[in-house]
Amino acid sequence: MKTKLYNIAHSRAGDKGNTLMLSLIPFEESDYPALIEKVTAEKVKEHLKSIVKGKVIRYEMPNISSLLFVCEEALSGGVTTSLAIDPHGKTLNYALLEMEVEW
Amino acid sequence: MKELKKIRIGAGAGFSGDRLEPAEILARKGAINYLVLECLAERTIALAQKRKLADPSKGYDPLLERRMEILLPVIKEKGIRLITNMGAANAIAASQKIIDIAVRNNIRVKVAAVTGDDVLSRITGNETTLESGKPLSSFGKIISANAYLGADSILPALEAGADVVITGRVADPSLVVAPLMHEFGWTYEDTELIGKATVTGHLMECAGQVTGGYFADGVKKVVPGLEILGHPFADVYEDGTSVIGKVEGTGGLISLATVKEQLLYEVLNPHAYLTPDVSADFTSVSLNQISEDRVKVSGGGGSSKPDQLKVSVGYHAGFMGEGEILYAGTFAMERAEMAAGIISLRLKGAFPDNLRIDYIGRHSGHPGISQDHPASYEVRLRISGMADSADIAALIGEETEALYTNGPSGGGGVRKSVNEIIGVQSILMDRKSIHPSFSVFES
Repeated sequence: MKTKLYNIAHSRAGDKGNTLMLSLIPFEESDYPALIEKVTAEKVKEHLKSIVKGKVIRYEMPNISSLLFVCEEALSGGVTTSLAIDPHGKTLNYALLEMEVEW
Repeated sequence: MKELKKIRIGAGAGFSGDRLEPAEILARKGAINYLVLECLAERTIALAQKRKLADPSKGYDPLLERRMEILLPVIKEKGIRLITNMGAANAIAASQKIIDIAVRNNIRVKVAAVTGDDVLSRITGNETTLESGKPLSSFGKIISANAYLGADSILPALEAGADVVITGRVADPSLVVAPLMHEFGWTYEDTELIGKATVTGHLMECAGQVTGGYFADGVKKVVPGLEILGHPFADVYEDGTSVIGKVEGTGGLISLATVKEQLLYEVLNPHAYLTPDVSADFTSVSLNQISEDRVKVSGGGGSSKPDQLKVSVGYHAGFMGEGEILYAGTFAMERAEMAAGIISLRLKGAFPDNLRIDYIGRHSGHPGISQDHPASYEVRLRISGMADSADIAALIGEETEALYTNGPSGGGGVRKSVNEIIGVQSILMDRKSIHPSFSVFES
């Protein structure tokens, strides 16, 4: 069955310059292995391709059963000179959580 | 077994505009030893530098006076030491202002201003920026250059017995690392402990973001009492472990979920979280909920501090003009698109290819994501662009306003603005060439 990530996990967006960081934290720690398998860096890049122009690096954090996606060239040049409505990309955690996975 | 020594540090502000009340509650009711107020974002200091140029007695945080009027009497009564980067571009003037407030309130206080972060006079323009790979001289006129200082810049001020330490640019976690080094006698040789302290500092630096702020969704992530959100304190032990908590009776939530979100917040590499103090390892941190609103943080570590310090350089990036107008009901989107087309044509001369069009309410923040969400009843057109002068930038708002009588049917609620934009680029500088110092002021 297809489901959206917001049913399985939560996320927080952060920014440094033109780089966006998105955490992905399952509500149930037992779902962490499945997230590793289904939410790859490639899939996140494909899902966010209209926003993230650079590469997506995924860090696995088994110590807290969480994933971290570091997305380059994602913030229209960076918060200080961006024309975007949300220059920090603070709302973009919910863009990640719109991603559909087979669950 | 001998009980480990414990220090309680409160985080009363996570950004310049943060709420005033949580810090006062921490100071009054939190039984804290130190109160930390983190108030400097990436370009805050460049804006402060501009205020200092206009008036040499300014250039510190705009909320300094209001925060100090509230906090000085409480921290003095309770014996709490305050550490803050509210000095921004002018820690000396900030110290003098705090002394003024102390004298007026008949409070004896020792204030230390930490300086040495301002390296503007040493910028040549030839430095290559980390973000662009281009030299600084290829950007606009440089306004400010401030090195991120570490905990070692704060330590001497604590050793000198300051009740209040006020700094300019200091790495956020260092505001927490410094009192721990001071109290526990740690040095930079103790990389493991400095790494652990940096984990705690990182969890605390955004204040309410670890107690349920920037977290709640009201459905799956329910946080009670956000309107009275309490800011965190950390009980830090001399083995580097800590417990994150908050004052009883305040709103908010401290759970594994809130702490995990904050642990990963703004982290570029969890194996090597770089600060002036350490390269901290977040991948060995473990979290345990030990009771309601109490999470224990253990593990974590670090390796040697970097030889180079990051320097944030602020520069003039021009002027941003903005205009917004609302369309609602039938054909709202068609009318908004028509208006955008009209403005693009009218401004073609001034903005040949650099106008940004947003349809607020139609995925403007998240282009390309989930087009299956239903369209909204109304749409707010936003037009923005960057110009070299304020007059040119203002044309965007003027043309947006003119849509009232010269554009599509039913356009309302125009807002327009022009803002001077300060950009920030980063460079690296040899830490041996940066010399923090401090000055003491007493009331």
